[in-house]
Amino acid sequence: MIALSDYLIVSAVLFTIGIAGIIINRKNIITLLMSIELMLLAVNTNFVAFSRFLDDPVGQVFVFFILTVAAAEAAIGLAILLLVFRNRRTIDVEELDSLQG
Amino acid sequence: MENLYLWIVLAPLIGAIVAGLLGKQVGRTGSHLVTIGGVAFSTIASMVVLNHLLSGGEAYNGSVYTWAMIGDLKLEVGFLVDNLTAMMMVVVTFVSLMVHIYTIGYMSDDPGYQRFFSYISLFTFAMLVLVMSNNFLQLFFGWEAVGLVSYLLIGFWFKKDTAIYANMKAFLVNRVGDFGFLLGIAGVLYFFGSLDYATVFGKVETFAAGNPTFDVIAGSEWSAMTAICICLFIGAMGKSAQVPLHVWLPDSMEGPTPISALIHAATMVTAGVFMVARMSPLFEYSETALAFILVIGATTALFMGFLGLVQNDIKRVIAYSTLSQLGYMVVALGSSAYAAGVYHLMTHAFFKALLFLAAGSVIIGMHHEQDMRKMGGLYKYMPITWITSLVGSLALIGTPFFSGYYSKDVVILAAQHADLGMASSYAYFAVFSGVFITALYSFRLFFMVFHSNERFDDHTREHLHESPWVVTLPLILLAIPSVVIAWFTTGDMLFGNFFEGVITVLPQHDVLKEISHEWHGPVSFALHAISSPPFYLALGGVVTAWFLYIKRPDIPVMLEQKFKGLHTLLVNKYYFDHINQVIFADGTVKVGKQLWKQGDEKLIDGLMVNGTAHSVGVLANILRNLQTGQLSHYAFSMIIGLVGFLGWLLYSY
Repeated sequence: MIALSDYLIVSAVLFTIGIAGIIINRKNIITLLMSIELMLLAVNTNFVAFSRFLDDPVGQVFVFFILTVAAAEAAIGLAILLLVFRNRRTIDVEELDSLQG
Repeated sequence: MENLYLWIVLAPLIGAIVAGLLGKQVGRTGSHLVTIGGVAFSTIASMVVLNHLLSGGEAYNGSVYTWAMIGDLKLEVGFLVDNLTAMMMVVVTFVSLMVHIYTIGYMSDDPGYQRFFSYISLFTFAMLVLVMSNNFLQLFFGWEAVGLVSYLLIGFWFKKDTAIYANMKAFLVNRVGDFGFLLGIAGVLYFFGSLDYATVFGKVETFAAGNPTFDVIAGSEWSAMTAICICLFIGAMGKSAQVPLHVWLPDSMEGPTPISALIHAATMVTAGVFMVARMSPLFEYSETALAFILVIGATTALFMGFLGLVQNDIKRVIAYSTLSQLGYMVVALGSSAYAAGVYHLMTHAFFKALLFLAAGSVIIGMHHEQDMRKMGGLYKYMPITWITSLVGSLALIGTPFFSGYYSKDVVILAAQHADLGMASSYAYFAVFSGVFITALYSFRLFFMVFHSNERFDDHTREHLHESPWVVTLPLILLAIPSVVIAWFTTGDMLFGNFFEGVITVLPQHDVLKEISHEWHGPVSFALHAISSPPFYLALGGVVTAWFLYIKRPDIPVMLEQKFKGLHTLLVNKYYFDHINQVIFADGTVKVGKQLWKQGDEKLIDGLMVNGTAHSVGVLANILRNLQTGQLSHYAFSMIIGLVGFLGWLLYSY
């Protein structure tokens, strides 16, 4: 039997990798999107794990919603990415700073 | 009777409204008929009222309308008609009527004819409200209303710059006085809790017995009675043109002459004297205030007289004479001889109105030339004006048997008998030597205008003739009381019981009672003059004037050269105007400029408004560095924040 804490550790590790991906990565927006997905998955893992151990299916229902939203988000994110590339001819994160004050 | 009182006040108001608002419709004749009708009604009704009171009628004191109620405080419109009021009503309406008639002649070719009649009728209304009031608030209303009409009439010829300057000056100087007056009324309300004369006067004895004080500035105790009385008197100083608030009165001569006679000589300027007499129950309880009044009055009486000696404008000489005579009245008030002050007010109203109207008649004859140096020898051309002026001047200098003699002599005696230390000695000296000055400037004017060589050109001589009957009739009608009124009234008003229950005098201040021992009827009192010094001073003044301006006209020129410094001081009116201009007018402008530059531009605009915007900008400039546009930085700070909050959550529980 795998203990709850093992799941949680896995998801924490996943989440941290996601964060690290966002912070450390300075080059590629695609990597950023992937990191966000990773963080969402880490959260999902938590949900499922708790759902299993607390015997409450609501957590798993939640995961479906999150997956759907994540898919939509990824689609929109990629669409924006395409437009950014078309306009700026680059997807380098460091150069996309026109929101700077 | 109650309805009659109301109509006495309203009749001139109706006249003013008709002439003022419907002036075009009723025309020139219509407007003077309606206003004269209104004032004539008031005059006759006032005489009826006076007669009613003299024949034993009860004084009336009642309210006709409650204007507002604030808590326990009732603000009412009411009338107090006693002997003092009735006398004032007769004087005001009678002089006003004379001036109305006179105006028909004086203003006949002025485009503002209807407006003028409307204003003087409005003035009569305001003055009647003032004298008939039975409470402080209505008194203040009348007080301000006469001030307003005075302002309108000084600036009647509103295209003349000097007139505009003069009316502004009159208004502003009066505002200073009115502020003091308002403070005085506020003091009365604060300490007595009422604005009704009867209530306040009823409480004053017990109130003053406790010798109440209050803190004006923390730590300095002031007597409440003294503070109230001095504040009220400051109001009187503004309206009655006492030093140092006298500066507006000579300038007010820019207005048409009938106005100078009515408002700035006979009635409005005496409002202050009337007010102090009316408030005698209050003033009696503050010897400090009485001494203050005495000093101010004495200074005005003497030093304003000097100024009359160097003026060349015929109206200004009379204006300074008015100032000086107002000083006499105020001295009488300060000596607690309120009856004498009011009595001098009455006789003065007749002969000073007469002198002004006579001056106006001369001015018409001379085609609006007011410089006495361009007159002379007019007695041949204007006999009625000449003889009435002589009567007026003789009354003014206090010639025995003329009305001015009785009132003025009693004022001098009152100052002599008053017992207020240095103040009364100074006042006695001032009014005593003032007699000589009065005689000198009065007869200087008289000789320069009516006698001596003719100093005008032939063109003027061709048109020089006596004024029409509407001008001379008021002169004659005013000359009669100027001579005779005192014969019938002195005994009653000064030494009798005419003012019993109206004017309160404490036994230790009662100078008129002391003087009354010398009173054995008008004839003996006049003959008594032969043995009293003021008569010889007046005589000396007349002789000096005759010698200087008829016999040896070269001497005044020589004196002028010799005492150049003194002459300059007098011509510049002791530099009062100069001081006011430099310190108050320019000072205010400077303070205003500083407030504008420092307060408005720097503090409010600079620091508050623009400063706020500027500091937001500076702050934003610093914060802008945080916003790098780098997604990773944002994400990082979010994480840091999250970790921080989570940590706080964990450790705080």
